[in-house]
Amino acid sequence: MTAVTAPSARTQVAGPTPTPVRRARRDGLLYFVARHSIGIAIAVCALAPVAFIVLTSFMSDQQSLTSNYWPTHWHFGNYLDVFRKLDMGRYLLNTLLYACLATGFMLVSSIPAAYALAKLRWRGRNVVFLVIICMMLLPPQITTVPLYLWWANFHLTGTLWPLILPNLLGDAFSIFLLRQFMVTIPDEYLDAARVDGAGEWGVLWRVVIPMARPGIAAAAMFMFFACWNDYYGPYLYTSENRSNWTLSFALASFHGLHNVEWNLIMAAAVITVAPILVLFFFAQKAFVQGVTLTGVKG
Amino acid sequence: MSATDASARPGLARPRRRPGVTAPGSSTVTPGQSASRRRRTRRHYLTVTSFMAPALLGIAIFLIFPLGVALNSSLHKFGILDAPGTWFGLGNYRYLFQDPFVRTAAWNTLWFVLVMVPAQILTGLGSAMLLSKFRRSSSFYRTVFYLPAMIPTVAGVLAFVYVLKPGVGPVDTLLGKFGIDGPLWFNSPSWSKPSLVLLSMWGIGNTMVIFLAALLDVPVSLYEAAAIDGANAWQRFRNVTLPTIAPVVLFISITGIIATLSFFTEAAVAAAAASGQATVGGGASGSFGYPQESTLTYPLYLYQAGFPQNLLGYANALAIVLFLVTLAVIAVLLRRSRAFTEGAS
Repeated sequence: MTAVTAPSARTQVAGPTPTPVRRARRDGLLYFVARHSIGIAIAVCALAPVAFIVLTSFMSDQQSLTSNYWPTHWHFGNYLDVFRKLDMGRYLLNTLLYACLATGFMLVSSIPAAYALAKLRWRGRNVVFLVIICMMLLPPQITTVPLYLWWANFHLTGTLWPLILPNLLGDAFSIFLLRQFMVTIPDEYLDAARVDGAGEWGVLWRVVIPMARPGIAAAAMFMFFACWNDYYGPYLYTSENRSNWTLSFALASFHGLHNVEWNLIMAAAVITVAPILVLFFFAQKAFVQGVTLTGVKG
Repeated sequence: MSATDASARPGLARPRRRPGVTAPGSSTVTPGQSASRRRRTRRHYLTVTSFMAPALLGIAIFLIFPLGVALNSSLHKFGILDAPGTWFGLGNYRYLFQDPFVRTAAWNTLWFVLVMVPAQILTGLGSAMLLSKFRRSSSFYRTVFYLPAMIPTVAGVLAFVYVLKPGVGPVDTLLGKFGIDGPLWFNSPSWSKPSLVLLSMWGIGNTMVIFLAALLDVPVSLYEAAAIDGANAWQRFRNVTLPTIAPVVLFISITGIIATLSFFTEAAVAAAAASGQATVGGGASGSFGYPQESTLTYPLYLYQAGFPQNLLGYANALAIVLFLVTLAVIAVLLRRSRAFTEGAS
């Protein structure tokens, strides 16, 4: 009889014997095992592609693309070959230039704008904020053709400047992120500074920027990562000029370039990934906070 | 008292109070005060301008101006060398609705909206719910689950193309052990889109983090009350969790749709890598849509029409259509998600 009824009915029948406690403990253990096996399965799926990149990057050219996934000989020289054969040094330098300048310019122009949107009252503020949200969300392809022709007028196509210079005039996503962060700063701190005679620039410089440091760190990192990852921008502006390629774009272009082998492509991928992962492990908290604050992928 | 105080210094932001509350204060001041206030207001607006000038200029140059140019040149027929071109009226738009490639590209993008966005929500919510159940090991799992989101896009795509390489890739080898003949993945017209969905599920970290924050915000007392009422796990999820996080689900779906409308990099790089073609210079878009236009998304076709095919007026017409569609989705987002504009969770 009891064997056929549902488990919940059986627990009621069991009565005040030690069975429920033991069963609870057993269920807890089952639950624990189930939870961790799903967790480990997902973790393996998450890490496997990364592991294959790393393993392949140490293989010989002959071994890559065979179904033997553990390097028979470890070819550490692949990493040197990548710099010698594929000009990775130049791409790395270009990427660093692009990411650092864009991030610096973005901070200079976006922090004041974010402050004005978060803490000052002025007519048209909401409209401007809505326009900035639209600018952040609209696909970049919409304005591609006019902007490309515009930059061609200045003879700047073929360089990374069309991607760097616009950041001097604010980056929509960064303004949004910084604004969302600054809104959470209590007005009392700002008012205290104003009572002490600080102007708005003084309030921004001495009160808001120190208090918004985690937000600024998150915005800077998002920007840096976005430049590092950017494929569309360098593709649009630098594809015809190899000396200005960035890592991400070069990585996608190695195929068929001069018969590049998969082991070298994977070594190049590791070089592209490694700095980002190192940065991420140091600044994970600020980064995740930025994600939850904006809800938008950077 | 505080109302006049505040109106004397317009720089004071008081988001908590309604704007209407300050209005009566302005009618009770003497002319002398009003003149000095006007001066202060002017100075205040100068301050605001000094803060906003770069961003406003940015909006003008990088949004309003190109949109205007795009709208104008979508009515012209021109290539990169005959810049203003000839007046074409609505010809580009008329052609757009007959172009079989537009139909394919729009269908592919719609397919991604219908399949990829729900897949991302299910994976993101599922892994966030799993994470919310861990106690001591939580931060370990959180880091590992999040990690793929940190892998630069191009590297992630190449890793997936490699892992899913037909025949020799690890996944096909594993499937072979179970006697399953793996599909051709990125090289098969019917599997290329699902492969891209798998890729997007892999890099789900950001969505997961947002869901996790929402799940941890659900009051524990609600779960306790539900448990006392005898609700089982599914009922608790259905009646407690889901209604509480519904706004976040909506938010994620709409931003997911918007992101999918500009789906470009993954499709372009996967097609190039799987086809084995170079993605350089003019030949860059040669592999777009590989295999058989199955991954030709709308933005990819826009790019292809504009640059390799040099139909700039037509590309601008495609852009204007994309603009209108995206704007409609953004309007829904702004209407439904208050949290987005008011910010600060």
